[in-house]
Amino acid sequence: MTVHTPSEADQVRSALAAAAGRHFRGMARIENLVRQSGGASRQTWSFDALLEGERHALILRRDPPTNGKTDRERSVSIDRATEFRVLQAAHRAGVRAPEPLFELVSEDGLGEAYVMRRVGGTAIARKLLRDPPYAAARGRIARQLGEIAAAIHATDPSALPPLARREAADHVAGLRQSLDLLGTAQPVFELALTWLDRRKPAPLDRPLLVHGDYRTGNYLADESGVTAILDWELAHLGDPLEDLGWLCVKSWRFGAVDKPAAGFGSRQELWDAYERASGRKVDPARAHWWEVFGTVHWGVICLNQAWKHLSGSIKSMEHAAIGRRAVETEVDLLQLLKAEH
Amino acid sequence: MAQDLPTASELLTAIADFLREEATPALDRIEPRLGFQMRVAVNALAILEREGRLGPAADAREHARLVRLLGRGGTLEKLNRELARQLRTGERDESDAGLMAHLEATVADKIAIANPKWR
Repeated sequence: MTVHTPSEADQVRSALAAAAGRHFRGMARIENLVRQSGGASRQTWSFDALLEGERHALILRRDPPTNGKTDRERSVSIDRATEFRVLQAAHRAGVRAPEPLFELVSEDGLGEAYVMRRVGGTAIARKLLRDPPYAAARGRIARQLGEIAAAIHATDPSALPPLARREAADHVAGLRQSLDLLGTAQPVFELALTWLDRRKPAPLDRPLLVHGDYRTGNYLADESGVTAILDWELAHLGDPLEDLGWLCVKSWRFGAVDKPAAGFGSRQELWDAYERASGRKVDPARAHWWEVFGTVHWGVICLNQAWKHLSGSIKSMEHAAIGRRAVETEVDLLQLLKAEH
Repeated sequence: MAQDLPTASELLTAIADFLREEATPALDRIEPRLGFQMRVAVNALAILEREGRLGPAADAREHARLVRLLGRGGTLEKLNRELARQLRTGERDESDAGLMAHLEATVADKIAIANPKWR
């Protein structure tokens, strides 16, 4: 719900004035404070901070103190403080990501929260895929996403906060556990998970920073192409091809079915750009494994979202309705398992 | 005694048409997020309409196929549980043509209800 009481906006405004004042050292005035859509448990607010005639365009990321997360979500997503430090490391390493500026403190009363610079562009897939202003960008985005993924994976692990290491086997076990908790029989997902289990790629000697939710909808783009990678809450250490496989899951093509790379290009185009930027070859079989995995993953997330509504932890028609999207990934899985590599 | 017209399917379609064509544009002007949620609701009504029309026959076909595939009787839920167990343990896998034909048919029936435009 975007509908918030005036008191919530007022509370956010006064906390931001205090926090921005501390960071920029001065008296800050907060203007144009707007809660962005999306994210029930994760809030994003856009605002300007005015100090001595200077205007700073900023974004607040915040987890309100109470939210409807399941234990499993809590166990895989990182907290705001860790996300802030991952973003710092990635931004310093030259990844196209918003610049994180400062964290809020518990006395600010907003829960876990931090502030970053606002970046231009839209994350709305429908606009990027169809609207005229983005025509030229559409020809670039697949390549840019390959290059940016290479930059993410090149982030120096020693600059990162402690992150969980998650390999193929952990992911497969995690999804099986999710299915058990859901308690409904899912033959197609079971088939795919057994297929995945038998073909698990070996772990890397040195795991790399994986974004964990690298897909259309989680980056901003303008007329020139991708401007910033967002939503780092699932960052972890593991196999970099996880990000490339997830990016190619059909659900993120938003109708552009014949453009596997995020709805904008071919897999080969994405891999070529990634190889040029990273100096590492992409093994197509390994990338295929991660695409199959990502497809089951999204299907199980759909079922989980519905479960949250059904169990009463979040009362939401949107959560309920998404359960019926799981079958889309079943269709995709049966196609993917036929296209064996 | 049977219900008067419209049928459940026709009534659901009339409601969805009204919400899509008249209510949603008005909501978009007032509060885009509510407009988005209305689209989700309209979409869900369309699923209900298709499920009412196609669901019972789809369930019956799935049940008949499962009885044949597994060589035993039981409720749809129980049979699917057994199939899921066999797939988890690897007793059956994608090399089984009968299994794959069953899954293809089941998923085709499900997507025809949930989202027939998906490809």
